[in-house]
Amino acid sequence: MSIASVHSSSPIPVVTHAASETGAMQEKVSVRKLNFFYGGNRALKDINVTLYAKKVTAFIGPSGCGKSTLLRILNRVYDLYPHQRAEGEVLLDGHNILAAGQDLNLLRSRVGMVFQKPTPFPMSIYENIAFGVRLYERVGKADLDTRVEQALRRAALWEEVKDKLAANGLSLSGGQQQRLCIARTVAVKPEVILLDEPCSALDPISTAKIEELIDELKDDYTIAIVTHNMQQAARCSDFTAFMYLGELVEFDTTSKMFTTPADRRTQDYITGRFG
Amino acid sequence: MAVMDLYARRRLRNRIVLFLSFGATGIGLGWLAIILGTLLFEGASGLSLKVFTETTPPPGADGGLLNPIVGSLIMTTLAVFIGTPVGILAGTYMAEYGRFSRITHVVRFINDILLSAPSIVVGLFIYEVMVAPMGHFSGLAGSVALAVLVIPVVVRTTEDMLALVPKELREAASALGMPLAYVIGKVSYRAARAGIITGVLLAIARISGETAPLLFTALNHQFFADFPYLNAPMASLPVVIFQFALSPYHEWQSLAWTGALIITMTVLALSIIARTLASSRKTS
Repeated sequence: MSIASVHSSSPIPVVTHAASETGAMQEKVSVRKLNFFYGGNRALKDINVTLYAKKVTAFIGPSGCGKSTLLRILNRVYDLYPHQRAEGEVLLDGHNILAAGQDLNLLRSRVGMVFQKPTPFPMSIYENIAFGVRLYERVGKADLDTRVEQALRRAALWEEVKDKLAANGLSLSGGQQQRLCIARTVAVKPEVILLDEPCSALDPISTAKIEELIDELKDDYTIAIVTHNMQQAARCSDFTAFMYLGELVEFDTTSKMFTTPADRRTQDYITGRFG
Repeated sequence: MAVMDLYARRRLRNRIVLFLSFGATGIGLGWLAIILGTLLFEGASGLSLKVFTETTPPPGADGGLLNPIVGSLIMTTLAVFIGTPVGILAGTYMAEYGRFSRITHVVRFINDILLSAPSIVVGLFIYEVMVAPMGHFSGLAGSVALAVLVIPVVVRTTEDMLALVPKELREAASALGMPLAYVIGKVSYRAARAGIITGVLLAIARISGETAPLLFTALNHQFFADFPYLNAPMASLPVVIFQFALSPYHEWQSLAWTGALIITMTVLALSIIARTLASSRKTS
């Protein structure tokens, strides 16, 4: 199952996509020659990577290697800050989202994001979810109730909160808050979901729940996850990208990456020799 | 042995510093207690229903503080209605839209100067731009002078409280596809609500005792004759206290004490409310 081959000798990975036994996979997001700058500091160097539709792609690498930065480009959340600049192409369904004149709010409603720290809004559990739905759709009360329930069920949170939907979102535990954030993201029906170390602040039980959730969500969504946890990447993802010092060192199927990585640095990182 | 010496010396030093700290606290709180005690003793004796139902008396006669109380309420309310929107909107610009712009630094610097400007300067300024052209003192000019004092307090607290809202919360809201105005209105304001209200209450507390700006703008008024008299001179508690306390008449002096007690209690109540709100910020 060789999807991509990487020339380890080249500092810039050259990724070629061959036909695969999994059939013709649709490229949902294609990142081409992407460079990113924090002011004058070049944080990403000629990144080429693809997120395949309805697959989970994990981004691994030591802290500061640019994983989160890459994720933050995919929905242009970096645009909230001045002096941050992306060059190159990020194609969402073949359409360059880095081009001028994008409706960023519309883009972000298609590419949802869950952050490292749970970020429930200071409002009720119900409102946390209903709020996002109402932004882009006109829904009646009954439909809205259904949507909230569906989202909470998808996030495996419904049973725990169904009797206290009016309670403040901040009153939940950390793991529940994070699942609320996932529910909130799922509720607006995005096409791509970006997870930026979603489990790093959670205990093992909550982590397991969220991993199960990722497995279910990939039936409907294209998912990118940044993680520091090798086992998590191995368990949840179909593809894995290893990043190091702002470069994409290697990108391949997860099974290949964790068994026979092509690059020495990938192997060292996965086996815990550095990072 | 040397180690024990060192330890004993540290303990002694600790005791000395502790003693000095207690002493300093005692002196500070002592004065406050004496002030409040005197105020309560002198002011409470004059407290009666008449204070709230009758207007200020001529020298030697009986009366109350109705017109200055109403005047203070009107001018404070109007000042808050003028100053709060300006302050909140400016603070919002600084913390949200213009967070990274150079103008924000300039505005913050100027606002800090305004915050610490002597209030008499504000009074003189309003005298120059409103009272002099209009040809007479007025309650409106008094309200505007107080509003100028409200603005910097509200700007400062609004900006500070919005700055405390974690950037992750804004990013999360934006990542849902929420337009910036919604992010600010529905998420940032909600998260900072208690703090912003606290700022407004503190601004009210600050202006309720202001005398100097009112002397040059609203001046004073003995009666309710020109009511509603926004366009005429208007009495206020601080100015009446100033006038009555300096007078030789016993009845006036007694009313001045009572007025001072009313202001103090009002400010105290506002501060307690502000404190309660501030401490409930995490849970609300």
